Formats: sequence, C-alpha cells, structure tokens
Amino acid sequence: MKLFEHQAKELFRREGIGVPRGAQVRTPQGAAGVAYRLGPVAVKAQILAGGRGKAGGVRFAATPREAAAAARELLGRRIHDLPVELLRVERRLTVDRELYLGLFLDRSRGEVLLLASARGGVGVEEAAAGDFRERRLAVGARVEPFQGRELARELGLTGGAVRRLGEVVAALARVFNRCDAVLAEVNPLVVSGEELVAADARMEVDDAALYRHPEMARNEEASPREAALRAAGMTLVELEGDIAVLANGAGMAMATLDALEALGGRPANFLDLGGGTGEEPTARALEALAALGPRVILINIFAGITRCDEVARAVLRVRERPGLPMPLVVRLVGTRQAEAAAILGQAGVVSGTDLEEAVRRAVALAGGQRP
Amino acid sequence: MSILLHGGERVLVQGITGRQGSFHTRRMLEYGTAVVAGVSPGKGGASVEGVPVYDTVREAVADTGAICGVVFVPAPQAADAAMEALEHGIGRLVLVTEHVPVHDTARVLRRARAVGAQVVGPNTFGVITPGRGKLGIMPHEYYAPGPVGLVARSGTLSYEIAASLTAAGLGQSTALGVGGDPVVGQSLAGVLEAFEADEATRAVVLVGEIGGTAEEEAAPVVSRMTKPVVAFLAGRTAPPGRRMGHAGAIVEGDRGTWASKAAALREAGAAVAELPWEVADLVRRRLGR
Repeated sequence: MKLFEHQAKELFRREGIGVPRGAQVRTPQGAAGVAYRLGPVAVKAQILAGGRGKAGGVRFAATPREAAAAARELLGRRIHDLPVELLRVERRLTVDRELYLGLFLDRSRGEVLLLASARGGVGVEEAAAGDFRERRLAVGARVEPFQGRELARELGLTGGAVRRLGEVVAALARVFNRCDAVLAEVNPLVVSGEELVAADARMEVDDAALYRHPEMARNEEASPREAALRAAGMTLVELEGDIAVLANGAGMAMATLDALEALGGRPANFLDLGGGTGEEPTARALEALAALGPRVILINIFAGITRCDEVARAVLRVRERPGLPMPLVVRLVGTRQAEAAAILGQAGVVSGTDLEEAVRRAVALAGGQRP
Repeated sequence: MSILLHGGERVLVQGITGRQGSFHTRRMLEYGTAVVAGVSPGKGGASVEGVPVYDTVREAVADTGAICGVVFVPAPQAADAAMEALEHGIGRLVLVTEHVPVHDTARVLRRARAVGAQVVGPNTFGVITPGRGKLGIMPHEYYAPGPVGLVARSGTLSYEIAASLTAAGLGQSTALGVGGDPVVGQSLAGVLEAFEADEATRAVVLVGEIGGTAEEEAAPVVSRMTKPVVAFLAGRTAPPGRRMGHAGAIVEGDRGTWASKAAALREAGAAVAELPWEVADLVRRRLGR
C-alpha cells in the first residue's frame, strides 16, 4: 500500500526527521489560511503516484491569495489519471543543497538497500549509477547514526549536516522497520543551513503486514469492483478488452491473457480465483465479470484444491439469471473434472479440457482476429 | 537422483491439525511421503491420519528424527513456526503459507542462511520428486518420474506445464515452486545450478513471470549449463504497476518486464516458449527425441 506524502511525513516527523511545517486542506480558503500563518508556501497535490512535480502537481505561492489560486487550479484536476482531492500546504524552504535518500527492500537478496546521492531533487533522474552511495542492511536491524555520518562525508557534507544525516538515516531505518515498509524515500532531502529537512516523502508498506498496523489509514487504489472481490480472496485487475477471463492461480491467469493476446484476442480483465474457492464466491466472481460487459467469458481452471464441480455449479447459477447474454467458453481440468462435465452437459453448456482449444474458441467468439 | 527431496526423508508437518494441513498430510502420505510427525501448539497427544501430533518441534524432532518440514501455519504465525523448525535442525523447510509479511520472510531466510538450511517458499506449492515423495500441495496425479527438472514461480501454471510434459512422455526428476512472493528462499539461479549438478536431470523447464529480476539473474547460469533450458514466462501483457495475483508479480517502472526476462534468457541460450502448450515440444526437440 502506497502512503500519501502527508502520511509518510507524519511518520518521519514522529521519528525525529525534520519536515516542513504545513497542513492538509481540501479548499482554496483552507490553503489561504495556512499560507496566512506560514508565509510563502508550496501547495502540493496529494496523490498515490510519483513524478508529481513534473506533472504540475506542485505550485509555489508567495501570498494567501496566490495559495488559494494554486489550490483552485489543483483541486478537481487529474494528475497521472488520479483525482486531486487533498492538498498539502507547507512552508517554503531555503534550499542550499538537495540530497537523495532512499531505503528499498531488495527482492533478490531479502535485504534493505540504502541509496544516497548528493544529486537529489529532480536531478536524481539524470544521476548516474556512480552518483549513488549504497549500503546493505539487514531487514529489522537497527542502523547506528555513525553509518549515516560516514555516508554524509562521502556525499561531501560538512558541519552540522554531517551529524544530522546520521540521525536521519537511523530514523528512516526505524520508520522502515516499524512500518513493515518496502520503500521509504526522501527526495529531496534539503540541506537548509545546519538543518536537514525532508521536503518530499514517499513510502510503500507491505500489504501482507497491514493486519498488524491497525493505526494506518487504508489507501485504496483498486476500483470498487476490484476491492469487493479482493475482500473475498480473489484478485481482479480490470483491463480494456472484450474477453473476460476467470482462471485459478496467478501464473495461469496471466498466461491465459497472454495466450488470448497472442492469438488476436483482447482480455477484459485479469482474475485469479485463488485456490479452493467454492461455488458461492466463484458465482460472485462470474457476476463481476459479466458486469464488465464482455463479448465472451473464458473460464480456465486447472483444479488441484479447487473442485471443478463447484465451478460448474457456479456457472449454472449465474447462467440461470437474466443479464448473461454473452457466450461462455469453459475449460475444466483436475479434481472432479468428469462430474463437472456431466453437470454442464445436462444444462447444455459445452466444456472442454484443452487450453489451446478454449483460447482459440474465445477469440473466435469475440469476433476473431483484430485487423 | 533429484534435488531437495530424494525420497524416504522423515517429514514434519507444522499446522497439521488445520484444514489444509490435515488434508495435505493425507495426500502426502498417499504419495508415499514419510510424514512422521505433526506440530500444533496446544494439541500435543492428538493424531492426524495416524501421524502423532506434538506441541513443539523440539519434542517432535526428538521423538521422530524428522529432517524435512512443511509449514501450513497461518501467515501471522508462519515466521514463528519457521524459526522453530530452523532452531531444531529441520534442514529443508517448505513454507506453503501465503501472505507472510515480507519482513518476516527476510528474517527467516537470514536465520536459514546462518544455520545452513534450505527454505522453499513462502507462497509455494512445494517440492515433488515424482514416484518418491512430495512436500506440499501439488496434485501429484499429473507428475511422472523422468528426466526434466521443473522450477516455477507459480503453482497452477506449472501444474499445467507438468501435465503437458507427462502427457508427452517427459517425466520429471524434481518439480518445485520457488513461491510467488517478492522475497523467497530459493533463487531460480540456485535451482538451475542444482539441476545442472543432478544426474537424473537432463533438461530443465523454467516457469517464470513478470516482477523482480530472478530470471535475469538466472541467465548467467543458463549460459554455463550443459543441459538445455526451456522457459515459459507469464505476464507478457500485464499492465505496469499492477500486482497480478502474486505479491511478486508486478512490473515496477522498467523493472521486471517480460521483454527483459525473455531477452536475458534467450541470449543465454534458453528456448523461450510463446505459449504454454509449446513447452513440451520444445523440450522434446532440445532433448533430441
């Protein structure tokens, strides 16, 4: 789960990392009020995506009137296709230098990778590999401030900023570990006189660990349909095409979409039914797919702990209801495959066991090859 | 021979009294696996499918001499269970559990490295050495003994491919899932090395998917191998930034793409199948059959 900038900054602040004074607002009047208290401000769209500055999501304002105007422009706009509903208005910083500091979970090694660079801010994109200093840290391990001070010297910092970076690195590692983060990034980390200030903040938390963080707000990126199925243990990703797909297993579902595309079809969605899903939730998943309005629904099940007969019953349940005019292509293999074929056969639904045949049939029913 | 599981090893099942644990204990026994003990804290003294249940791994290992383990414990307790197994000498441990917090997994893997144990998973179907035994949940009816080593990041898709190999008369030396999570105990590269060293394996099928860099890191091993490698990679058409069912299956920026993986593996000499039903034929041709 991605965090909004203001949420990450609050976590940073509580661990002792300096952040600009500011507040969240939802109206131009609110923005003006904060600017009245703080003087010159930055007005920043709160969205769950990076690259916000380049997309015009950050405005500077010298007066409350300018802050209100900036807020009016940003609110209700879409940035990276996300609606802007909340702004953070914060005091503008005096910038001496902009650094980069990030902690990432390294998937290959199961470690934390710390990256730091003297070329922060938007310049980080042009920075070469040689501009980064890196450290490898054990997940969950405490980081001592001296490691950050050594890093500070490698980045060419002097004076009070050296000590401050030691504290910031140790604090960021604490936030990372405490929050089950997979990413915690400060870009830029601004050197302002003797102080270091996190001018921006990005964080992503491990979804699997959310159960032990009841204090965290839940930020929803999925569509309502996707969220509803996820609650039932299934993963839906809506796509643009006209062949809806229900499969079990993530790899199998992906491979089914790939095969459809390779043969000229266009998948309407990804849906991983999960393992051992019963009749009722399977029927619900099929209803969600029908609601996407596809030309065809392709069901591809290779059943280990899933039972084909339950899938077959779910198909019949949904089919009996009005509003399912699109044809179904059913491929069922594995546990209780014969029972399933019999159940479907009695109801006049043709099913098969061959994947290639099913994919070809679905593409043909959807109108065949694209030009 | 085989890798990771050779047959006859004494096996411990953690979470044996749960629905999944008891069901798959029966299936493992059915397949001839020597499940000798179960652990379920608070249920010591019970028995599941004739297998004695203990409160702690310590007691189970002392009584039965188990050296392999399978964990079916729910995600919040999975790391605790794995640490307990590693503490008491379980040298090969399969973590079937899905949704284990990644910080927990990292801690478990660090401990496993320190004690020299092999962890498979989490979020895996396990390991099967056809005809000899299995640690996990795969439907064993679709596997047969033979010369093909199979390593996969996903369950169902690899069952599909195993079934197509078996139907084509190409049995398997060992088949295993490394797991669908971002951080897992077995690297594809490491498993390929093991198959290269295994006498019973004459060709390897790698079932990969988008996300991470495990396939790219396996490529240098492929180029050193004397045995042919055939790959199928899922997620060619997946939209970037979306998690495709597995926590690990996500294209992040320009990292983890199908194109990068396919290019790395092809350049290293692997055949990359475009469609899952082409895999068996590619293996047959590469084996000169």
